[in-house]
Amino acid sequence: MSKRKILVSFAAMCMLSTAAVAEGPKPGGVINAVIQPEPPSLMMGLVQNGPTQMVAGNIYEGLLRYSPKLDPLPGLAESWSVSEDGKVYTFKLVKGVTWHDGKPFTAADVLFSIEFLKQTHARARGNLAQLEKVEAPDQSTVVFTLKQPFGPFIGIFEVGSLPMIPKHLYEGTDFKTNPANNTPIGTGPFMFSEWQKGSFIRLVKNPSYHVKGKPNIDEIYWHVIPDAAARSVAYETGKVDVLPGGSVENFDVPRLSKLKNTCVTGAGWEFFSPHSWLWLNNRSGPTANKKFRQALMFAIDRNMAKDVVWNGLGKIATGPSGSAIKYYTSAVPKYDYEPAKAKTLLKEAGYKGEKVRMLPLPYGETWQRWAEMVRQNLQDVGINVEMVATDVPGWNQKVSEWDYDIAFTYLYQYGDPALGVGRNYVSSQIAKGSPFNNVEGYSNPEIDRLFADGAVAFPDAAREEIYAKAQKILVEDVPVAWMLELQFPTITRCSVKNLITTGIGVNDGFRDAWIEK
Amino acid sequence: MLLRNPGGMIGITILIVAVTVALIGPLLFPTSPWRMVQRPFLPPFTLANFPLGTDALGRDVMAGIIYGARVSLLVGLISTLASLAVGIPLGAVAGYFGGKIDDALMRFTEFFQTVPSFALAIVLVAIMQPSIVSIVAAIAIVSWPPVARLVRGEVLSLRTREYVQAAVVTGQTNWWIIWREILPNALSPVIVLASLMVATAILLESSLSFLGLGDPNLMSWGYMVGAGRTVIRQAWWITVFPGIAILVSVLALNLIGEGLNDALNPRLAKGGR
Repeated sequence: MSKRKILVSFAAMCMLSTAAVAEGPKPGGVINAVIQPEPPSLMMGLVQNGPTQMVAGNIYEGLLRYSPKLDPLPGLAESWSVSEDGKVYTFKLVKGVTWHDGKPFTAADVLFSIEFLKQTHARARGNLAQLEKVEAPDQSTVVFTLKQPFGPFIGIFEVGSLPMIPKHLYEGTDFKTNPANNTPIGTGPFMFSEWQKGSFIRLVKNPSYHVKGKPNIDEIYWHVIPDAAARSVAYETGKVDVLPGGSVENFDVPRLSKLKNTCVTGAGWEFFSPHSWLWLNNRSGPTANKKFRQALMFAIDRNMAKDVVWNGLGKIATGPSGSAIKYYTSAVPKYDYEPAKAKTLLKEAGYKGEKVRMLPLPYGETWQRWAEMVRQNLQDVGINVEMVATDVPGWNQKVSEWDYDIAFTYLYQYGDPALGVGRNYVSSQIAKGSPFNNVEGYSNPEIDRLFADGAVAFPDAAREEIYAKAQKILVEDVPVAWMLELQFPTITRCSVKNLITTGIGVNDGFRDAWIEK
Repeated sequence: MLLRNPGGMIGITILIVAVTVALIGPLLFPTSPWRMVQRPFLPPFTLANFPLGTDALGRDVMAGIIYGARVSLLVGLISTLASLAVGIPLGAVAGYFGGKIDDALMRFTEFFQTVPSFALAIVLVAIMQPSIVSIVAAIAIVSWPPVARLVRGEVLSLRTREYVQAAVVTGQTNWWIIWREILPNALSPVIVLASLMVATAILLESSLSFLGLGDPNLMSWGYMVGAGRTVIRQAWWITVFPGIAILVSVLALNLIGEGLNDALNPRLAKGGR
């Protein structure tokens, strides 16, 4: 061994030992996590439901990531700039990134992904509506030119909203039947390895990941366990170390969080900001009357629901926007639990005990209990509520076809009112067939105008003013009855560190995670 | 005769208590069993007002059991009557006329018998949307075939008796013979079967509610067990008390069935001759 080599290895040893003292991330280890339900596919460009995003967020990457405050962070783009007029966005890509199969990732892949997702990803299509053209002046630069300034544009590059798809595998093929869909190839920190349907999905470390020294974890197993109680038991017996938000029933959370070496966090949902409300059919029946809808808001004890049904998790929703969403304002009319006021409003509305049908959300015990609680609240002020039993397809159909009076739901808000809030209130989004648009049938030209202006206003201060006005009007009109900003706690062993580092949470992949030994 | 059977006596006593509770329950507990009245997960025997504790939302378990008795007994009774109304005429016609009619009706009956009854009930309720009407209908549809077969067997044997032959000779119509001469004599095993069917119907309704296919607007025992199942490790009482209620009432009906069987079957009746 030459002298120089000894010196080098000595230096390396020093570095290793200082790292150990500083309690820094350590390489190695396996994470066992639960995935519920089993995803239909891991090809994120084609399928974007919850579990797919959760697993495939490790395989694919977007150009940007977002902090818990929803500020953009570098992803596959290392830097970006916006022109003075707010119409041209220039991204510099990280150099030397390769796909899992070794091919280089370039600006051509970005251009291809945009075209790909316009065909397959409904939300991406909407997000890209203001896009005039996208160009790649060189291998590592992408320039987006918009038709007009669109403030939320910087918020559409997260991995689930705009995942990068490998051009060399998909160009010129039928996307839906491409055999590559079964062995997803991305640029992410982990590579797809094996999928035993009904049992587990195995991901392994990407050794040539573009962020040096990451990921730390060697392998991730996503276990498929269909029963909620069995998932808690799997955690208790040590079979799994990570229970992502929503994988156990709420009443199990306090018990599990008391276990040794267990950490619980509500962080990592800021980007999605799940917001729950009751659809109120604005077209017909008692719910068509604004006073009746306001009465509902006063009649429902949302604090009790939060404490009892959700075990204290979450926040009372004050209006259409979650408090983590941009331009949120709390300066809106307040609806506290005041049954007496509700009764007065019902009288003013001329309600005479007509039957009101209520659809619970068929997503398990928690939602069923919540519906029972709300039904009791409403019956207490004299509303004749009848609960309609339903399953998931039935719920989807009834809500999409407007066949309901009151229906529970919750939707993601994606950080910006133009992306995830406006769609539920503007009249251009009234269309049968989707449970995610303006299902309540609320139509107000002023709101239409405000959301249209807000999306393209520039700079941000102008948007803020517009959205404050919109929120005030909506909360006064109660097109839907806002309930809670939901929080889905993630339960992990405390020895699993840095699992959630961004506002996208578990869905952003485990690239920073490491295990303390 | 039934009163001399100790098992039957116990059964009848329990049933009378259950029916009384179901009838006067709303007087004792005027508020809805869905009302949240105390803190959630109140253990039993801690507060005198809520002897059986409260459930996950703070609803009174005692009130739930009392209101649940109404639903369970009602469903048991009505669905049994409905399946008798289908099974007796079918069985009687098949047994009396025989031949091709018998063949056709019995194949039809077997068609229902070959499908596992609980699976069929689940499918029926799921298709019709869970409500008290669809549950009663589903239970009736899956439980009439044994009635039809039993009645057919009885009618087949009674049909050849001399007094029936005599009625035929005197020119009475077929329907009159079935109605006046045969059915009254075929009824005792049907009564025994019916009492057991009420018990089965209660169990079926409980199982359906347990699976979340109950009427969402009615508090029933099966619903309580199903809703409490997931929290059984924190709060055993939410599932155990309605479970006991189901057990006791089904047991009572079985005892009554046994007692009736002994009393109505002359060959088994002790001291009958």
